[in-house]
Amino acid sequence: MHQSSVRAALTTGVAALALAGCSLTGGDPSEPTTSASDGAGGTTGGTVVLATHESFTLPKKLVRQFEQESGYTLEVRAAGDAGTLATKLSLTADNPIADAAFGIDNTFASRPLGEGAFAELSPSTAPPEEYALADGGDRLVPIDSASVCVNVDTAWFEAEGLEPPQTLDDLTDPAYAGLLVTPGASTSSPGMAFFLATVAEHGDDWPDYWTDLLANDAKVVDGWEDAYYGDFTAGSENGTRPIVVSYDSSPAFTVTDGRTTTAALLDTCFRQVEYAGVLAGADNPDGAEALIDWMLSDEVQSALPESMYVFPVMPGATVPDDWAEFAPQPTDPYEVTPDEIAANREQWLTEWTDVVSR
Amino acid sequence: MRSGAVRRIAALLLLAAGPVLVLGVLFVLPVTGMVAEGFVADGRFAPGAVLDVLARPRVHRVAWFTVWTSGVATLLSVVLGLPAAYALHRLALPGRAAVRAALLVPFVLPTVVVGVAFRQLLGEGGPLGSLGLDGTPVAIICGLVFFNVAVVVRTVGVAWESLDPRPGQAAAALGASPWQVLRTVTLPALRPAIVGAASIVFLFCATAFGIVLTLGGVRHATVETEIYLLTTTVFDLRAAAALSVLQIVVVVGLLALAARLRAVPDPTAHRTVTPVRAVRRPDAPVVLATLAVLAAMLVPILTLVLGSLRVGGEWGLGNYRALSGTGDNQALLAPVTSALATSLRTAVDATWMALLVGVLVATIVTRRSHSLAERRVRSTLDGFFMLPLGVSAVTLGFGFLITLDQPPLDLRDSPLLVPMAQALVALPLVVRTLTPVLGGIDDRQRQAAASLGASPWRTLLTVDLPVTWKPMLAASGFAFAASLGEFGATSFLARDDSPTLPVVIFRLLGHPGAMNYGMALAASVVLAVATAVVMLAVERLRVPGVGAF
Repeated sequence: MHQSSVRAALTTGVAALALAGCSLTGGDPSEPTTSASDGAGGTTGGTVVLATHESFTLPKKLVRQFEQESGYTLEVRAAGDAGTLATKLSLTADNPIADAAFGIDNTFASRPLGEGAFAELSPSTAPPEEYALADGGDRLVPIDSASVCVNVDTAWFEAEGLEPPQTLDDLTDPAYAGLLVTPGASTSSPGMAFFLATVAEHGDDWPDYWTDLLANDAKVVDGWEDAYYGDFTAGSENGTRPIVVSYDSSPAFTVTDGRTTTAALLDTCFRQVEYAGVLAGADNPDGAEALIDWMLSDEVQSALPESMYVFPVMPGATVPDDWAEFAPQPTDPYEVTPDEIAANREQWLTEWTDVVSR
Repeated sequence: MRSGAVRRIAALLLLAAGPVLVLGVLFVLPVTGMVAEGFVADGRFAPGAVLDVLARPRVHRVAWFTVWTSGVATLLSVVLGLPAAYALHRLALPGRAAVRAALLVPFVLPTVVVGVAFRQLLGEGGPLGSLGLDGTPVAIICGLVFFNVAVVVRTVGVAWESLDPRPGQAAAALGASPWQVLRTVTLPALRPAIVGAASIVFLFCATAFGIVLTLGGVRHATVETEIYLLTTTVFDLRAAAALSVLQIVVVVGLLALAARLRAVPDPTAHRTVTPVRAVRRPDAPVVLATLAVLAAMLVPILTLVLGSLRVGGEWGLGNYRALSGTGDNQALLAPVTSALATSLRTAVDATWMALLVGVLVATIVTRRSHSLAERRVRSTLDGFFMLPLGVSAVTLGFGFLITLDQPPLDLRDSPLLVPMAQALVALPLVVRTLTPVLGGIDDRQRQAAASLGASPWRTLLTVDLPVTWKPMLAASGFAFAASLGEFGATSFLARDDSPTLPVVIFRLLGHPGAMNYGMALAASVVLAVATAVVMLAVERLRVPGVGAF
């Protein structure tokens, strides 16, 4: 009895170790591709590391093309949200985690800039002036933009025979009581953008506006996905609220039979611009500059909408037909400068949390 | 005598050096580094400012909310978990292996997905919407219990399984009622396991993140969500450090209390492998309670499955078919099949790491102490290895970046960092599952084996292994599931080219698109099924001969 148990235990143990060993060494399918392209490139050589947030993705074909043409091997380290990325870069300013970074937006730009995380750079193609940062424009280059706008379920409003709202102030109208759902400013990036729009509109009186909004039975939830897929009538079968805070591009995703059933209210938008930069003290600054030039190329810019749900900043880029037809961009979005955001964020969020938890 | 005690402690510390070093590098160093960021202002050590933060009324509110919701959720998990632990581990219920495997499913489901599933039920338009629970502490507690009942069932069930039934039978023969047997014989013998399970559940609840945010809305903050907010959104590292320190102090206090409660007068109660027995009429309440718990757990899962079968307002398998590619608009970073493979591979690594260290730790902390000092050392070590569960993943994650960045410890780009982080989370589960059983082995059995000429290795195989074999399987299944479902550390560290399944699901949920939500649900169902299958396979592993021991 004991003999057999010993043998069986040993067999199982060896099998388990073999399985684990197999996983440790040969497991990672990503490794071979990286090392393979390492050999294929070869002219200038070297790896360029990009730190970014979890939403980053670009077509593999374009990445291969970049590696072949430039001779660099691209290694992407994408993890966490935009706030996490900004904190990571700020904390590691003296020993950067990558060569380049992408995904710092205008609400978080001043933090890593203030910590000296970015080096100066001069891209070979200059992006339009309208997206440039007033402070730090020499270190961060705009790559894409996405505006956070109030969206309405136009099909719902048609069925109810009700005119949809147009402006931020309309949302406090009793006619729209109990119809709005928004992600929270403290927990969600679009939630923060919507909050900043209300700050831009009402200045220091924003707490009064938010009090009215909540008195009108607006619902504040954790994240965008809760609002859109949990409460929005056009996003969930169980949804009960036809007004949601989402993006200007969202109507392009509710197209059925050649027309969209939702609309973005273009007078309620706050524009988020995402930037890229070369990290100070990078191992491969030339590779980082080449990478950023590539991100400004028409091919990558045109791939942005389908890959990352954002609009390109370069005028030469094209957007998908659905986007061109159903997702117009705001012409005059609300603005709050990065410095103002940085200076007030903590106090605003504290006050905002007090207002919504009353 | 005295020098003997010192020698024993020295030997103990030597044995513990490996695991302590691992935890020191992967846990103590990063957390200390991150907390230190908050204590240093303008290059000077300034603890006063940090302590000022602790006086803020908001900090008090957040801390109290964390403690009471976690406390209630822990209590409920234990009360609901105990009957199920008994029924599923001691009674010959039909299909109990499948049910035990299924019970681990909530454990691996991504919190975002469960959160949305709960909100489909509790939300304004959901079937339970009239209860008005959406966004309340009750909803948060329900979610926490849903995730943690499995911990109680598994940890206590394993101990119950190896509990010698004879003292209970003797008591019954002497005229004790079933209730008296339970109260005076069974529960005291199970106390180490119950307290151990409860402390794990409490730590899980107190550091829960996604579920609190999704179900509680923005109105309710816990220490963990507050640390996240302060670190990433507000960048107030001072306040975050203050909360981390508060968290560590409370957790250490709690662990000390748990260690006292776990201590039983006679830990060497006999451990055997007890065969399950047939269900009898008096078992009806237990079986019914178990079925009720199962039904309650099933509802959110069913919501999920039904949701995954809805495509554009109709029933269909479209969401599942879409999983094989990268979806419309490249919504998926990788096909679900390859993400699942990555998840499984990472989980295998995390499991053997956790098991390797966990078995060592469990052995060290359960060997009989010969002096008070020795017992103290063992119990301190025991608590030390529980710490990772109670400390903020945010603090740990950022700590990795700023402390493990120089050779020879330049680990921050290592592909092993993800399994290592997951193993850190799984380690306490392994230790807590094994210690009640290992602690129950009478040292005299080992001495007897040795005096009959058995080598230490042989003693281990003939005395320890037969009793610990099944708990070890249970522990590895547990570690595997914890690793499969782990999201916090993984999403923070995961590399883009090989995302795990939870990371893929999270990304699907993060974007608009006709099918993204359905695909996220379908991918969650795939993850759940994969987990259940692996668990079933693990449960079926048997060593011939040992079962009949």
